[in-house]
Amino acid sequence: MSILEGQGVTKYFGGLAAVSNVDFHVDQGEIVGLIGPNGAGKTTLFGLISAAVVPNSGTIRFKGENITSLKPHQICKKGLARTFQSVKVFSDMSVLNNVTLGAHFGRLQRVSEARATDEAARLLEFVGLSGRATIPAKDLTLVNQKLLEVARALATKPEVLLLDEIMAGLNSTEITQAMELVSKIRAQGITIFMIEHVMKAIMSVCDRIMVLDHGKKIAEGTPQEVATSKTVVEVYLGE
Amino acid sequence: MLEVRNVDAFYGKIQALWDICLLVSESDIVALVGSNGAGKTTLVNTITGLLRPAAGSISFLGQRIDSLPTHSIVELGISYVPQGGKVFPEMTVRENLEMGAYPFHAWKQKDDTFQQVYEIFPRLMEREKQLARTLSGGEHQMLAIGRALMSKPKLCIFDEPSYGLAPLLVKEMFETIQNLRKQGITIFLIEQNVRHSLEIADRAYVLENGRLCLEGDCAELLQSDHVRKAYMGL
Repeated sequence: MSILEGQGVTKYFGGLAAVSNVDFHVDQGEIVGLIGPNGAGKTTLFGLISAAVVPNSGTIRFKGENITSLKPHQICKKGLARTFQSVKVFSDMSVLNNVTLGAHFGRLQRVSEARATDEAARLLEFVGLSGRATIPAKDLTLVNQKLLEVARALATKPEVLLLDEIMAGLNSTEITQAMELVSKIRAQGITIFMIEHVMKAIMSVCDRIMVLDHGKKIAEGTPQEVATSKTVVEVYLGE
Repeated sequence: MLEVRNVDAFYGKIQALWDICLLVSESDIVALVGSNGAGKTTLVNTITGLLRPAAGSISFLGQRIDSLPTHSIVELGISYVPQGGKVFPEMTVRENLEMGAYPFHAWKQKDDTFQQVYEIFPRLMEREKQLARTLSGGEHQMLAIGRALMSKPKLCIFDEPSYGLAPLLVKEMFETIQNLRKQGITIFLIEQNVRHSLEIADRAYVLENGRLCLEGDCAELLQSDHVRKAYMGL
């Protein structure tokens, strides 16, 4: 069964259909990629799933339950967490506290400060930021702020994690490390829906890929199918 | 054109750059390569006056700029496309572009420059009246580049111009950079897409842990075992 699915999801910004009648599904344990040209509506779709953006029509279900009218914090507490393309860390707060926040406010069950701190420290190590725990988040590089968002999202103990371009700004060698991180997250039983432009990563990490263009779903399939689709090559990959 | 000599820089008590020396010659494309956290953005902040060097000197067209405020450095002809765009979210696309045109010589030519920018990025013209915060990630990037061009720069510093761009646009972006050079703009390029940037650049520097460890012609660096292993995943 699909752990996350949407039907007829539509969002207008003024007269512009940012996301137009999109159906999607993500199955338990899958890694699904979301690609498409800039401005295609990918981040808006993540916004709709996480309720940061309210749809004009359509329904979104998480574990069978209609979550379309819920608030972002309620969705997070149900087990659906995300990171942000334009990072939203708490700049003046320490790196560690950014993650403990996730544990304190992103879960249904209350956790003690000691346990939250302990888990946060482990998560920082998991994403490779353990040496940076005490500095203010704003002093991290942009790339590390994205990893911090991954740790903060994991601290909410999600079942589904939406990753919005965590590999932007990485070189090839660093991308390989980030791919390992994504696989390690999945190995913990977390389902992943990820936006990424780095084809090398998308192609090797994803089970399935969905392509948006001008707010519409134009293709869906295995990495191989998508990479050889004429439409996708035309609007997205080039040549 | 740009000369950085023996520059050290600190964030608070933490030293971020050690003894940096580099040269950018007129109408060259010079690339700066380095891992996440190596100090690339810090170096650019030091050149653009956002961070003061603790030691050393920086000159542009023969004039010391290391104690000038950022806006005076822009007046002299250096513009900067920051990583992630940093556009003004509550201003329209057109207003954001206009913000780039404040240097006196640029303001006089602003109408022509608008034309040129819209030719390079037609998408910006389509979205002229939209608030910048409603743009997609890639469009932010185009806007930041457009804004930098509005100041009529002699030297343009790009911090990760391909950041967040779709593959097709990445190709276009590198073509755009090459075209800008043909129009006489000198380019200092920081880019994680190492292969691509070394292919279009004339010379490159490699920064590791705040120190320059390699420099040379791009053709040579592309053959370097160290560069291939550390940055190209080969």
